[in-house]
Amino acid sequence: MSSSEAAAIGPAGAANGGVALPPGASSRWSDSTGAARTRRLSLRFVALLYLLALLGAPVAMIFYRTFEHGIAPAWNAVTQPNAVHAFWLSVELVAIVVPLNTAAGIGIALLMERGRMRGRSLLGLIVDLPFAISPVVVGLALLLVYGRTGWFGNWLAAHGIQVIFSVPGMVLATAFVSLPFVARETIPVLHELGTDSEQAAATLGASSWQTFWRVTLPAIRWGVVYGVVLTTARALGEFGAVSIVSGRIEGQTQTLPLYVQDRFENFDTTGAYAAAVVLALLAFATLATMSLLAKRTSRDTVV
Amino acid sequence: MAIEVHGVSKRFGTFTALDYVNVTVEDGALTALLGPSGSGKSTLLRIIAGLESPDTGSVVIGDREVTAEPARRRGVGFVFQHYAPFKHMTVYDNVAFGLTVRHEPKAAVRERVHELLSLVRLDGLAKRYPAQLSGGQLQRMALARALAPKPDVLLLDEPFGALDAQVRGELREWLRRLHEEIHVTTIFVTHDQEEAMDVAQQIVVMNAGRIEQAGTPHDLYEHPSNEFVMSFIGPVNRLGDALLRPHDIQILPYPDSSTVEALVRRVVHLGFEVRVELTLPDGRDIWAQVTRETAAELELAEGQILAARLPAPRVFA
Amino acid sequence: MSPGSASQQALTPLPTRRRGSLAGDRLRRYGGGALGRGLLGVYLSVLVLLPLAALLASAAKGGPSAFWQSVSSPEAVAALKLTLIVSAIVVVINALFGTLIAWVLVRDEFPGKQIVNALIDLPFALPTIVAGLVLLALYGKGGPAGIDITFTRAAVGLALLFVTLPFVVRSVQPVLIELDRSMEEAASSLGASAWTVFWRIVLPNLTPAILSGVALSFARALGEFGSIVLISGNLPFKTEVGAVYIFNQVENENVSGAAAVSVVLLLCALAVLAAMAWLSRRGSRHVL
Repeated sequence: MSSSEAAAIGPAGAANGGVALPPGASSRWSDSTGAARTRRLSLRFVALLYLLALLGAPVAMIFYRTFEHGIAPAWNAVTQPNAVHAFWLSVELVAIVVPLNTAAGIGIALLMERGRMRGRSLLGLIVDLPFAISPVVVGLALLLVYGRTGWFGNWLAAHGIQVIFSVPGMVLATAFVSLPFVARETIPVLHELGTDSEQAAATLGASSWQTFWRVTLPAIRWGVVYGVVLTTARALGEFGAVSIVSGRIEGQTQTLPLYVQDRFENFDTTGAYAAAVVLALLAFATLATMSLLAKRTSRDTVV
Repeated sequence: MAIEVHGVSKRFGTFTALDYVNVTVEDGALTALLGPSGSGKSTLLRIIAGLESPDTGSVVIGDREVTAEPARRRGVGFVFQHYAPFKHMTVYDNVAFGLTVRHEPKAAVRERVHELLSLVRLDGLAKRYPAQLSGGQLQRMALARALAPKPDVLLLDEPFGALDAQVRGELREWLRRLHEEIHVTTIFVTHDQEEAMDVAQQIVVMNAGRIEQAGTPHDLYEHPSNEFVMSFIGPVNRLGDALLRPHDIQILPYPDSSTVEALVRRVVHLGFEVRVELTLPDGRDIWAQVTRETAAELELAEGQILAARLPAPRVFA
Repeated sequence: MSPGSASQQALTPLPTRRRGSLAGDRLRRYGGGALGRGLLGVYLSVLVLLPLAALLASAAKGGPSAFWQSVSSPEAVAALKLTLIVSAIVVVINALFGTLIAWVLVRDEFPGKQIVNALIDLPFALPTIVAGLVLLALYGKGGPAGIDITFTRAAVGLALLFVTLPFVVRSVQPVLIELDRSMEEAASSLGASAWTVFWRIVLPNLTPAILSGVALSFARALGEFGSIVLISGNLPFKTEVGAVYIFNQVENENVSGAAAVSVVLLLCALAVLAAMAWLSRRGSRHVL
């Protein structure tokens, strides 16, 4: 949530480069000398140019490409039945995965911050693993357990349960890659909160359940929500892991990111760009929510 | 309700926080747990509250053995050192918390909360959030919150520690009055001997996980049972193994058979009290506390040689 | 309080009870009880532990020689080598530009800074396949940039730079905000030039954060797939990275070969993250 800190910088810090300082504390870094000014402007120029070349221009380009012949072709492309199906399948995955990972993430955070020492490092490792594993490897690992020739393949087939090449497998893949976010965002907030208020609740007669719902959860809510936003973004955009376990069956197991690839590889760039723009718009919505939340959390801690 | 602590020990890793501690606090008393930091006083308080569990021993509140009871069923009100306010709740909701978790009727809650808010003089601030209160106000809110469920005992961990000197003085006075008013058995932890003497009816002096002495402030001052208590409560001079109080040293203009010679090294005027630093013939330094009048009568000045009458020193085995 | 209560040593010492059980209390209190912990255990097993165990089992199935054969096939070696080299280059660029961007975002002030700051996270929010497509739209064939990087190793590097951009920035930024400016002022007052202040005062304080950002970037780059698929063309021996190689092996039903290379990639990433954890512990000691 470092963006919160940067976002929280007020006009007080404007004169000396964004950090609030006591009056008169800064002179070296202000615009008082020409050399400092030149240095600062050139650093700014290089940084912004890099961001423009890597980030800004390419993203702007895709919007331009999508809408260069007006809205109608783009609209037609994203209202194709397969596109609509892919969109709703992505939404369905998010709707299943996010609540699961939110509950798991809060549980992990509580165990890590409030639990026994034993087993904590293992838990920490499990939470960090999805950051270290390629999505493709996640897909492969799931295949090896739940696939036709996997560990549980025969048993699942005998009971008529299809995991791989259908929604359950895609749920597993999406849940794996988006597992860490809620826990990672909640742990520091829980740590910051400390145990005093929970102990105070206990001395006032609150049960563990009451303490969690009335004291702990409200205090960590913005951290959790931040994690939920990140989980949603990741779940919506997951490609590699889902690509392996879904089988990429058009109109059935094709999520929106898979649809983008499919369209592009079939030389339907209009369809690919239009679907990508839908995903990009969702990403911008995510960013907007994140910066709103960041302001919110920084205000909570400042007040 | 009376509180009894029997044979309580507690270790954190290799550190012994409490070493077989026994304490009894009478019903309705206002007691201070006094000791230097690391003496185990906060740990003892937290064990009484059920926030820590002892390795050995038991805790009895009233006639109930509560050692195995969780904090929420002990009937204790606890005021945390940094108040532990519920930051997302208003002052009203903070104070009401202990009642609403017990599902008390709304009207009864409202009545009790307003009664307490006026008791702690926070009437107009019910809708404020903790972040909008000063340290002293937070302290009083924490106290009201702890008192709301009508606890059998009230425990306060360094209640004045985080406040500035003036607010601290006011709150001390106010806590004493409050105790006179509601008469709940109260224990507070402090490392400040003056605060303990000022507020408490009984003081338990702790050091290195043990109880050194328990008694009234007067008892402890006049009849310390060991060197630690004597030097922790009030100022002392140390002459070898012997301890003596600076205000027990008399300074006289002329020597007699009961006095020794003393060279005045330095005279420090501290308002009403004057601190006289002396060197005895054998070269040892002590200091005496005299009143402004005495200092004026003697015309104390550096380099002067006077007669000092030392009290019978106390020697602890 | 009865006088002399401190010496009630005659009371029977009670049996040890509930030793060290507060942590247990807390677990019960906040962990949602045994049921919650059990459910969490099942969830993590089904989701993470079992699949990873299966991966390791599959990689080890044929014994060390089969593992070695899978890992040392020329195509696999080329893919792993490309992944490691490009990732290394990418994190060096990230360290430089990430620190620069963090610096500009913290110490500089210009209109639109808030928006730029928010956009830094875009690569985290944007689906990776879209990231690849976006780069293709500008730097691909027929793009307005007038260059065509499709199917080149530069394209792989560019995609990795895009998706790992936020790591160093977001790890350096908070440290820079917290950095005590009086240190720099002290150095200036002692006669240090702006460059010396940066080199001797600021940079040493940022190093742990830069390294941690670099480690996260590297771990991410090693496994990256989505953003590379479209732009690199996945040409064996040329632009095929580790993750793409694994994907192709899975498609070709060579599951154990894919598992073996997966294990190598996974071990590299874990080694980097472990090194980061070790460095950050050292770093915090230095700061304390």
